[in-house]
Amino acid sequence: MSTQPIKFYQTGTFTAGNRLLDEEARTVQSRVDRTNSLNSGHRACQGCGEALGARFAVDAAMRASHNRLIAINATGCLEVFSSPYPESAWQIPWMHSVFGNAPAVASGVAAALRAKGQRDVQVIAQGGDGATVDIGFGCLSGMFERNDDVLYFCYDNEAYMNTGIQRSGATPPFARTNTTQAVGEAPGNLLGTGKNLPRIAMAHGIPYVATASVADLHDLEAKVTKAMGMQGARYIHIHVPCPLGWGSDPAQTIRVARMAVESGLFPLFEAQFGTVVGRTMIRRKVPVERYLELQGRFKHLFGPSPNMEALAAIQSIADANIAAYGLIG
Amino acid sequence: MHAVRIHGRGGQGVVTAAELLSMAAFTDGKHAQAFPSFGSERMGAPVMAFCRIDEQPIRTREAVTHPDVVIVQDPTLLHHVDVFGGLSAEGYILINSTFSVEDLGIGEFLANLPNDHLYIVPASDIGQKHLKRPIANTSLLGAFAAMTGFIKLASVEAAIRQKFPGAPGEANAAAAREAYDHVTAFSNTQEGVSQHARAN
Amino acid sequence: MRAQIEGSQAVAEAVVLCRPEVIAAYPISPQTHIVERLSRMVKQGDVGHCQYLNVESEFAALSCLIGASAAGARTYTATTSQGLLFMAEAVYNAAGLGLPIVMTIANRAIGAPINIWNDHSDSMALRDAGWIQLYAETNQEAADLHIQAFRLAEELSCPVMVCMDGYILTHAYEAVDVPTQSLVDTFLPPFSPVQVLDPNEPISIGAMVGPEAFTEVKYLAHQQHVRALALIPEVAGAFERQFERPSGGLCSPYRMEDADIAVIALGSVIGTIKDAVDELRREGIAAGCVKIGCYRPFPMLQLRGELKGVTRVIVVEKDLAVGMGGIVSADVHMSLQGLHIPVHTVIAGLGGRSISKASLKQMIHDARAERLSEPHFLDLNMTAINDEQARRRDQRRAGPVAEQLIRAINAIGTKVV
Repeated sequence: MSTQPIKFYQTGTFTAGNRLLDEEARTVQSRVDRTNSLNSGHRACQGCGEALGARFAVDAAMRASHNRLIAINATGCLEVFSSPYPESAWQIPWMHSVFGNAPAVASGVAAALRAKGQRDVQVIAQGGDGATVDIGFGCLSGMFERNDDVLYFCYDNEAYMNTGIQRSGATPPFARTNTTQAVGEAPGNLLGTGKNLPRIAMAHGIPYVATASVADLHDLEAKVTKAMGMQGARYIHIHVPCPLGWGSDPAQTIRVARMAVESGLFPLFEAQFGTVVGRTMIRRKVPVERYLELQGRFKHLFGPSPNMEALAAIQSIADANIAAYGLIG
Repeated sequence: MHAVRIHGRGGQGVVTAAELLSMAAFTDGKHAQAFPSFGSERMGAPVMAFCRIDEQPIRTREAVTHPDVVIVQDPTLLHHVDVFGGLSAEGYILINSTFSVEDLGIGEFLANLPNDHLYIVPASDIGQKHLKRPIANTSLLGAFAAMTGFIKLASVEAAIRQKFPGAPGEANAAAAREAYDHVTAFSNTQEGVSQHARAN
Repeated sequence: MRAQIEGSQAVAEAVVLCRPEVIAAYPISPQTHIVERLSRMVKQGDVGHCQYLNVESEFAALSCLIGASAAGARTYTATTSQGLLFMAEAVYNAAGLGLPIVMTIANRAIGAPINIWNDHSDSMALRDAGWIQLYAETNQEAADLHIQAFRLAEELSCPVMVCMDGYILTHAYEAVDVPTQSLVDTFLPPFSPVQVLDPNEPISIGAMVGPEAFTEVKYLAHQQHVRALALIPEVAGAFERQFERPSGGLCSPYRMEDADIAVIALGSVIGTIKDAVDELRREGIAAGCVKIGCYRPFPMLQLRGELKGVTRVIVVEKDLAVGMGGIVSADVHMSLQGLHIPVHTVIAGLGGRSISKASLKQMIHDARAERLSEPHFLDLNMTAINDEQARRRDQRRAGPVAEQLIRAINAIGTKVV
């Protein structure tokens, strides 16, 4: 077959399906030999950020471990939509135990592999924000404290989505959920509540903590790959919009995620042994409204008489993140 | 079957005493069952431990309510806990103290006890001498062997050495021997209970 | 080798002989001596490549073992009482997933009121979770049952609880013969899992099962227990041949050949009951007893066979179905359907109360004279009960029951002279 040279004007960038990048810089997803660990046919909602994030994260982990990986999954959206009896979308060894124990189950798998001298097989554990921040918190902290050799992914869609959108310890202030409804004197989730799991993970002094987002999938893959090259307890907190729970357009999932990053509400950073060692600068800062207005769960803050106080409070959270992590150069 | 009940306070090695007793009986070719009766670990609280010794296998698991022997490791318990409750008529009493029966105020309990069935032994002092700490339990086991004859001194020493290897074991065994000799000396003079108590 | 050792030590040594690969444990009285000794042995390098995890809760302990077992490792833990309840979700999960985990239950009462002493309320609370439940009469049997348990669990792909009375057995010193490694190795082959997380052959474990198949999954689990009813005596028989002593089994009769009145019980109290039986026999009463060694699956047919000839049955149990009465006696009733043999329920030993031979003998006399209430609470302090009930009738804000009763009974072994 004859070839015709074509002049590209944007070489060396992520455009054109990153075929123009060097081999090593290309994403796992762009490779023909990607594992496709989370196969198509699963039952996730249209536009599900978690399905996207999980596919990228687990395939990156598989590549980094040379396909020698065991995955432990907490109960939640990912587990439910990926294993509808009698089918499973997982093409890797995968186990689901109960809601609150994924970190402990993974610790046990890691111990078994060590006992058997199987040094080449690695372990990941994954769960939603509910499983990680709330009900599995004790087990997670124990895994961190013992520095068990497990990489944990938290897919944070900021509420208990699989059970029908209820508030979790990761639900942001003022967000509407079915247990923090937009009624009464303080509509939505209460300001001043919530846990910052990445900072808590850092406080355990574990080898690697990072935040990531489906807005920057290359970055997510790179962080997973980096973490997989380390030993001990590692944690990656991935922001994954849920169109159903957030009331956002399923076609805009990545855009919504990007607005969270660019507003400063979801800072992207890495930490090692409790100290921040890197962050992703905000390319083009946006006011928090650009993010909030895309989501029905914040609808009550807008309208004919917008809640200026609430919006200002959210903006100051974003501004504090920007200052704390130095997200604007 | 012989049933021994040991009274003391947490931290004084009461449970260990019962265990050593059972190990000594085992060495003598007997069956023995030792078990504690206490709450959550707490220094200073009243503690009891039991030991049954028998020629036949011991099947029962009930608490010892009718002991043949009562050992009181801590005399401060004498008027706070019913240490002699259930003691059989032919029973033995062994108390760790330097005081006399009168001083201890326990004369009423001993009215019907056979001669030579009560010994008050300065076990803490013996322990202090050999172990540099006022530990009474191992001495009391030596005294017990002499007083009752239910176990051999050699078996007591063997049990002590097994549980406390090395120098501590030797020191504890020496304490047990001294207490054994102390009791034997008094009983050999045939002076009986009250003589022994007064001589203390 | 036969030695005078603590029950906890005997169990730890037996577990080590079974070559465990992952142990995860959380301390709770009266199990602590078992896990302390195991951690020491692992740390000293006496247990091969075994990994010991000091976990942050009992829920984490069993969860770690769920992962380890699914990854193909032989696993062990121990707990009791509150700890067993705390891991309840994982207990059901392990059975449902068919993981051959072995767990010691150092039987202890469940609060409130908080109580650290022995009874069977803990293992009874989870009797229907799908685990096999074996009960030890002595420390020798406790050690032996762990060896049998690993073999049973791995043969059936079903987890096993070995129950031993807290403090009464765990903290008792008595003679135990700890077998040699080579003898255990011939009895217990290496673990060959039925399902395993293996990158070479990926599978998904733990899928959701809907109405269309859930019943069938549970039926199969039940069938495994039915199969266990045959396997347990087989394993006990093999054990007896190899180790040259009887141990385990479904149920064990004592002087039942010509017994007129039978006492049934689980665990160490059987020893005291045997002494009572012997004395009653000398007094001319044809008493006998049956020890239930395997409570789940429940040996209905075998028990029925043992009890066929008696005219009266007394079940002595260290547990209470609040609002109903006996738990074990209900199962015994079921086993004797159609035989018209009266079954008495005697609730005894709750919260560690000593069960005396004298009280047991009196109980049998009372049963024969139809003087037992149903259920009957052994050695109940009716004075304290009546006083407390009167107090509560007289005032609304009567205060916590437990504190008032303790004050009334003036307990904890002290008496002012």
